[in-house]
Amino acid sequence: MSAPGIMQRFQYAVLPLAVLLAVGLPFYASFADKPFLVIFATRLLIYALAAVSLNLILGYGGMVSFGHAAYLSIGAYSVAIPSVSGIHDGLIHLLIAITASAAIGLVTGAIALRTKGVAFIMITLAFAQMIFFFIYSLKQYGGDDGLNIRVASRIAGVSLAGNQTQYWCALLALTAAAFGTHRLLQSNFGMVLRGIKSNEERMRALGFPTYRYKLAIYVVSCAICGVAGFLLANLTQFASPAYGTWMVSGELMLMVALGGPGTVGGPIAGAACILILEDILKRMTIHWMGVLGLLIAFLGIVMQRGLWARRTG
Amino acid sequence: MTSSLLLFQLLNGLQYGVMLSLLAAGLTLVFGIMNFINLSHGALYMMGAFVGATTYNVSGSFLFAIAAAVAATAAIGMLIERLVLWRLYSRDHLDQVLVTYGFILIFNEIARTVWGVAPYYMAVPEFFSGPIRFLGIVYPSYRLVIVSVGVAFAIALYLLIHKTRFGMLVRAGSQDAEIVGALGVNVRKLNSVIFALGAGLAGLAGVLAGPIVSVEPGMGENILILTFVVIVVGGIGSVRGAFLAAMIVGLLDTLGRAFALPLLTMFASAQVAAAAGPALASITIYIVMALVLAVRPEGLFPVKGR
Repeated sequence: MSAPGIMQRFQYAVLPLAVLLAVGLPFYASFADKPFLVIFATRLLIYALAAVSLNLILGYGGMVSFGHAAYLSIGAYSVAIPSVSGIHDGLIHLLIAITASAAIGLVTGAIALRTKGVAFIMITLAFAQMIFFFIYSLKQYGGDDGLNIRVASRIAGVSLAGNQTQYWCALLALTAAAFGTHRLLQSNFGMVLRGIKSNEERMRALGFPTYRYKLAIYVVSCAICGVAGFLLANLTQFASPAYGTWMVSGELMLMVALGGPGTVGGPIAGAACILILEDILKRMTIHWMGVLGLLIAFLGIVMQRGLWARRTG
Repeated sequence: MTSSLLLFQLLNGLQYGVMLSLLAAGLTLVFGIMNFINLSHGALYMMGAFVGATTYNVSGSFLFAIAAAVAATAAIGMLIERLVLWRLYSRDHLDQVLVTYGFILIFNEIARTVWGVAPYYMAVPEFFSGPIRFLGIVYPSYRLVIVSVGVAFAIALYLLIHKTRFGMLVRAGSQDAEIVGALGVNVRKLNSVIFALGAGLAGLAGVLAGPIVSVEPGMGENILILTFVVIVVGGIGSVRGAFLAAMIVGLLDTLGRAFALPLLTMFASAQVAAAAGPALASITIYIVMALVLAVRPEGLFPVKGR
């Protein structure tokens, strides 16, 4: 399925290091008075969460969804719209984010999964565009200007406004998602999914209703991405249709592909790599987007193996 | 809603459809024959617009600008295909998406560096800057020029594909590329030429669009999505399908945007129409694509024998 890539070979070194970094960062940041580190790290964690959700369908399921970022914007507006109406309870925001993403994912997935290959890619893109334009047209909620969130979500009395709080929430969410997907994919359900990616017709011949399995994981994936959107809205105090463009979807796909699909660590490594790379490049040259493009193209050609797991086939 | 307004919008839709067909023809060939998703096709359109606009501003000759744009984009296309892209034909679509996505970033950065961030102005060529009166409307003659040039190239492409040996190889390749290679044709050279042809058509669309759209970095991405919609609706690999679907998409999108709001106000309250109208206008074409894919996933005019 997937062979260990460069990073995973050293996982006994990389994993504890990563945990140490993750837990120690906020303390170091407040000690050295570098709040930007925490904000950057939170953003990294949120995108890693979105990449983990995409990996469920792209990495494990083999479904190339070009519209996944739409659920980031849905999650973000699940915070913004209630907030404007005076509802600041974080649990309600979260509930709306999850149910809205899952519901919309169910509808779009039900239609899209009737197709395969290129048609699937295009139809997921089309749905993302529809959602984008729909949000764009909501003039009373900001439209293309986006919507400011003046009051952050409050969960159990704790406001999500502070940098540190956001960081720990994002870390918690990512850990939960990573652990959850790991358990899910070791289960029978996960085995079936892996079988579907490997040879769907064989699975159908064995009697599995593959469509239902694919739809199920698609909905779960959308819901998790909605949670990432919820966190993103609180981080930036802003919701915008721009969170859901196909360029963002492309970036998410890039993170999954770079990290190597089919493992839990892959998308996290990929997200970390892309975001850190972007940050370094931004500081180095004004032409950072071109350099990033060159790197992406180069890596896409040269790397048969992702950073964390090798891509097979 | 008067009949002259309808005619005006129909012509706009026609012009938009012709533009899309130039882009879609190249993209569908590359997709159908080499099984290659080329996201940077829109960037080639952009390069055509920039090169064409610059040439026109420097030389004053529209014909020269067109020639320069087509030649430049064909050359760029051949270059990136020969150097990089051919390696991806056997890889899966995700890799192709990634690499060509990288190319979009590279091309946009080149455009930004060379021409700057602000839109680059290209005037409508003087000869065509006046309006034409017919059938009770006043229509900009330049847009009719686009339609004529586009139709001319459509006919030329049809003749190329159906009446020449090269065209025969293209048609054979879109049915079964392996056999073509097995029959002794230099497939690598063929693929490069096909890619360059598609790139040149994209460049043509770009230079034609120069006077009427905003020539700026990133202009290719919006039209790229619609181009993908066109080739999926038309049937991947089918040039005929690309043309017909492009006209359908161009007309639907233009008419949808023009008449969604007035049509809605006839059936619903002003408030609902004002809220839903613009959204509906933008998403009409995606709904159509979703319907086509749900009912006929191989497209409306698929290549026979695939």
